[in-house]
Amino acid sequence: MAREMIKIEKLNKSFGDLQVLKNIDMTIHESDVVCLVGSSGSGKSTLLRCINYLEKKNSGKIIIEGEQIETSTHNINEVRQKIGMVFQHFNLFPHMTVLENVIEAPVHVKKVSKDTAKKEAMALLRKVGLEDKADVYPSKLSGGQKQRVAIARALAMKPDIMLFDEPTSALDPELVGEVLLTMKELAEEGMTMIIVTHEMSFAREVADWIFFMHEGNILERGTPEQIFDNPKEERTREFFSSQF
Amino acid sequence: MLFRLPSFSHFFNTLIDTRGVFFDAMILTLQLTIVSILIGIIIGLVVALLKISRIKILGYLSDAYIYLVRGTPLIVQIFILYFGFSGIFLIPDFWAASLALAFHNGAYIAEIFRGTIQSIDRGQMEAGRSLGMTRGLAMRRIIFPQALRRALPPLGNQFIIGLKDSSLAAFISLNELFNVATTLGSNNFDEMNYLLIVAVYYLILVAIPTLGLRALEKKMSISDQ
Repeated sequence: MAREMIKIEKLNKSFGDLQVLKNIDMTIHESDVVCLVGSSGSGKSTLLRCINYLEKKNSGKIIIEGEQIETSTHNINEVRQKIGMVFQHFNLFPHMTVLENVIEAPVHVKKVSKDTAKKEAMALLRKVGLEDKADVYPSKLSGGQKQRVAIARALAMKPDIMLFDEPTSALDPELVGEVLLTMKELAEEGMTMIIVTHEMSFAREVADWIFFMHEGNILERGTPEQIFDNPKEERTREFFSSQF
Repeated sequence: MLFRLPSFSHFFNTLIDTRGVFFDAMILTLQLTIVSILIGIIIGLVVALLKISRIKILGYLSDAYIYLVRGTPLIVQIFILYFGFSGIFLIPDFWAASLALAFHNGAYIAEIFRGTIQSIDRGQMEAGRSLGMTRGLAMRRIIFPQALRRALPPLGNQFIIGLKDSSLAAFISLNELFNVATTLGSNNFDEMNYLLIVAVYYLILVAIPTLGLRALEKKMSISDQ
């Protein structure tokens, strides 16, 4: 069995009176690609954001690469360097060029030399097919290009895990494909990935595991075949019948 | 006293004849404004940072300062600071006026900075943090550069307001534009004429930041596309 990259035990999270995550348990192994699916408000994004502490959990254990992470004992900034994140709205830095976006964290967080960072950034931009946009500002890019830059920016920190929070939800339909293709290539290289998505055909094709979330619980989990073709739960069946 | 509109030739001749003394006064007004805005920017930056800091007491202190400045007339602040300062230690009039104006501008500039910092999308901070940046580093590298850009138009506006407010330094006998105009006006029994002249000088001074702001906004709207 591959090593455990993320293990979550009895995770609870509330916003005020609203309990968004209820006793979540999950384990993700190296090179796993996990798609979190479910209707909006089911807690998918919150679960993802708890993993790198963008949301603070109320209780429970979050274990990253074998180490239980607590804000009291760990430097969260160091933990986050191992966990790349891609956002629905890209969140590129608009005052920096594409290349500057990608080298920003390696240079200022990891203290990599600018030359090295630039070389590595250009290789990443080549990988996502945007080498020719290195000196362009994000405002000149399409949504799909922006998201591919955001992926390159996250990869520049050489993370062990990548989190994707609805990476194609803000894109025009014709731009979704290029982003999914980039993600698929990343999955094939063996990156451990957790993806919150509504792209069911992508999830079926790329995911090793599908977690179906409903009202703060992971209601059902299994391979894409199990979940899509033979869901055990009535809720899961209802959800997928509304999707296709 | 009765103010009568001067004839145009009289106005124009006086404008030419007094250009030397008004030019000096204009320089002083400009110095007062620039110095008080620059110090105001430093005060404003510090106060804005205190206000958004997570230490509550610092936030309350900033609130108190801003309330004090916004809640009292500028002329009262100038008098208090001027007579207050000169009572404690000797300070040249220019610096007393500059500091009083800076104290005043600082509160408004703090609100400008706070507003623009908070106007930056939350996702920018999150993106920085997700890359492993500390809050401070993300502020410095990601938030401030964007906030400063957005602050430039309101800062230009504050400069124009500060320029005109500097006329109140006349009341602590600094020979800036307004003081020169009222002194010459009453000495020559020609108040209205000199008030019109000084208005021309203010309009000239205000034209510089106004045109600068317009160019800046044009440039920003192009780069935002």
